[in-house]
Amino acid sequence: MSKRLVQAEFNVERDPERCIQCQVCVRQCSNQVHAYDAESDQVTCDEASCVGCQRCATLCPTNALTIKKAPPEFAPDNNWTSDVIQNIYRQAETGGVLLSAMGNDTAKVSWWDNILLNASQVTNPSIDPLREPMELTTFLGAKPNAVELNFDDQGGPSLATKLAPQLVLSTPIMFSAMSYGAISYNAFESLARAAGQYGTFANSGEGGLHKDFWPHGPNMIVQVASGRFGVDIDYLKVAAAVEIKIGQGAKPGIGGHLPGEKVDERISQTRMIPVGSDAISPAPHHDIYSIEDLRQLIYSLKEATRYQKPISVKIAAVHNVAAIASGIVRAGADIVAIDGYKGGTGAAPTMIRNNVGIPIEFALAAVDDRLRQEGIRNQASVVACGGFRSSADVVKAIALGADAVYIGTAALVALGCHLCQKCYTGKCNWGIATQDPYLTRRLNPEIGARRLVNLLRGWSHEIKEMMGGMGINAIESLRGNREHLRGVGLSDRELSILGIKAAGE
Amino acid sequence: MRLLHRKQFPTSKDISGCAISGMMSETGTPMSGEAIIRSIANMHDRSNGLGGGFAAYGIYPEMRDRYALHVMYDAMDDKQETERIISRWCTVYGDETIPTRPSALVRHRPILHRYFVNIKPEVMERFCDETEDDAIVDLVMTINADVQGGFVFSSGKNMGVFKGVGFPEDIGEFYRLDEYQAYIWTSHGRFPTNTTGWWGGAHPFSLLDWSVVHNGEISSYGINKRYLDNFGYKCTLHTDTEVIAYLFDLLVRKHRLPFEAACMAMAPPFWPQLERLPEVRRELARTLRIVYGGALLNGPFSVLVGHAGGMVGFNDRTKLRPMVGARKGDMVYMASEEGAIREVCNDPEVVWHAAGGVPIMAHLKEPEKVIGPEATARLKAHSCRLPAGAWQEAPRAGRAAASVQ
Repeated sequence: MSKRLVQAEFNVERDPERCIQCQVCVRQCSNQVHAYDAESDQVTCDEASCVGCQRCATLCPTNALTIKKAPPEFAPDNNWTSDVIQNIYRQAETGGVLLSAMGNDTAKVSWWDNILLNASQVTNPSIDPLREPMELTTFLGAKPNAVELNFDDQGGPSLATKLAPQLVLSTPIMFSAMSYGAISYNAFESLARAAGQYGTFANSGEGGLHKDFWPHGPNMIVQVASGRFGVDIDYLKVAAAVEIKIGQGAKPGIGGHLPGEKVDERISQTRMIPVGSDAISPAPHHDIYSIEDLRQLIYSLKEATRYQKPISVKIAAVHNVAAIASGIVRAGADIVAIDGYKGGTGAAPTMIRNNVGIPIEFALAAVDDRLRQEGIRNQASVVACGGFRSSADVVKAIALGADAVYIGTAALVALGCHLCQKCYTGKCNWGIATQDPYLTRRLNPEIGARRLVNLLRGWSHEIKEMMGGMGINAIESLRGNREHLRGVGLSDRELSILGIKAAGE
Repeated sequence: MRLLHRKQFPTSKDISGCAISGMMSETGTPMSGEAIIRSIANMHDRSNGLGGGFAAYGIYPEMRDRYALHVMYDAMDDKQETERIISRWCTVYGDETIPTRPSALVRHRPILHRYFVNIKPEVMERFCDETEDDAIVDLVMTINADVQGGFVFSSGKNMGVFKGVGFPEDIGEFYRLDEYQAYIWTSHGRFPTNTTGWWGGAHPFSLLDWSVVHNGEISSYGINKRYLDNFGYKCTLHTDTEVIAYLFDLLVRKHRLPFEAACMAMAPPFWPQLERLPEVRRELARTLRIVYGGALLNGPFSVLVGHAGGMVGFNDRTKLRPMVGARKGDMVYMASEEGAIREVCNDPEVVWHAAGGVPIMAHLKEPEKVIGPEATARLKAHSCRLPAGAWQEAPRAGRAAASVQ
């Protein structure tokens, strides 16, 4: 076989002075980059297989390893970059579709950095959250237009309005849909535990809920997706809310595929499919070809759950997302989740991940505006997702109009993910996106949960500080409050879609 | 030179610090404006001469069932244009120049005129289930949006707003308020920090019978405005005060919440305080908070809201702006500073600092006797009043308010 045209993307530098041939790297690397040659008592490496996950460098006891990005030095060209050329080599070799994982990694993807937050000076005192109450409690679900009271009894007015079911969050952050199958049992358990410990919710993804996780039900949102994996009445009963997954920001318009080799005994039970069979989620739901079909599914789920659980509908942010979201609210959804084009995934065609859909910033602003124009904003909560990197992104999203956000990538990074973007290979050295028992053991769910709770706590503290600076002590006064946002480096058109003023205005 | 009465809708949110004072006779005994001028003058340093104003209830007894439109004009052309609109919409039962007393301290006055009107029956036919009040709101918004130099600053029945650029005591003298008799007076001295004053931008802000004077800054303004947009209110003045007036209109007039519940929605207890309520109240308070999140007023404020049946004073839930209440006989006083009350009331029976978020309320005891049957019926349709003791407040931080039911 001739040598491949595709060149290594990483350099593995081993300091011979430091290396003690302990072979930790050999055992840690599922991509078999490192190998031990007993004859020469030397650890050698095959850089071509390196994905840059940094597992070996992190665990090397003598810090002998350095992994560096090594873009092949083709002739300089701003148009035909090395990534472009390498991709063509790969496709010329296989005739396949280019695959990627995690979120869009192209250069210009985030508008959050063009939005700045306000703080109080003189005319309005800022609030110190360490001394004063600062409230992040968030309720997700349909709200009526008005509260009606009964005045007939002696003891004062009583409530005539019966509130639709609500999810109560201690902080406006939830964990995005990541299915057991896409992520490991231990990663799933870490997320579920952390959601319970911090008083928020994790999303099961579309792969069902293993019976072991049923005790976490009160903090789980379970998904009903086009594959209907793992959906039965117990699944719906055990959860706090049900989410109909229509689309995903990383791959709007296409379905999903969990290869059969990942479907072991436990996943087969969870997904309710035979061991070793491919789990294929079709692109559309085959019973939803219109908004009225969606309404039927929403109400089927409401009937099945006795109207005691909020029903969410998750869509990818696409061009006419505002009109679609309005239709979803009118179809009876209690929550609309919108996933922007920075959203992560376990596997997506690269071209789709990087080119389909619109950024969450614009989608969220458009949806919130549209629902308000139609006077139906209170009928459903809006959850934004897709690439939230920090508490500042969260605050900006809430000020633009989100009730809460889903975080996926950030949660996995908290669990140790190094964003090598190779989830689809099933060889995750961090034990997150793999089903190989040798690898999944590396993630301890107790430690994982603790790290996730720490992340939620840290972000919540920061959100409180930012709110306090604005002179706001309740999250409901931040929500949709675009007066506290200003844009820098944005065109008039972008500012007007975001509904914010330019810095200095 | 710039005319200070020319419409200057600020392009960004108006920020101001202020003095407020209000007094009411719960038996409806008429009082001249002399006392309220003294009271607000006592807090001279809380304003900077860029705005002062008053609202008075019960001042037009002969015209008590007509809407009294107070309008300010830049020029006679604007007056003619506005009057064309008014005569298309309304039957006019009387109109006159608003009497003023020339003063060296009040400069650049607009043309001030008032009209006593009802909407013509044929105009009402254009509406669906809206009332005459809704039509008046429409008329006011039409004139204020369409007429370049015309601004309706008062549109209630048997009440009126008098305001302008200057210190409040000078504005009171200018409008000859000592010659009016009212059972409620509220007043305001303005200290705007980011706009030059214009006559229409002074407080009170008023729509129908609502009048609002307000000290503070609402940090939730951005969402309150968009929340109101959801219900068809267009906030064009960019003032916090406008938002407060519309929220009262929405919650009290349209959603029929008692004032106590409306104030709880706008300044709800913190969650731990709420948890300490008895169960039946807790559910109510919780639901109000969940449903009216967009109506929550955040940031420092104290506000006095006048309406035909009484006066409500309340401040933000952490009490970042001052508000003092006092009582003597049938009189109820509310002001930014105790001195402003003692200036006009020698020995009040009780004086207290309002607790954060808990409203102080004063009501006409026998509204039929004071404002007549038609206005009483309208009052009942506009606002729902609870019997004394029917509302249990959440335990709040700060000194407990003496019950002022």
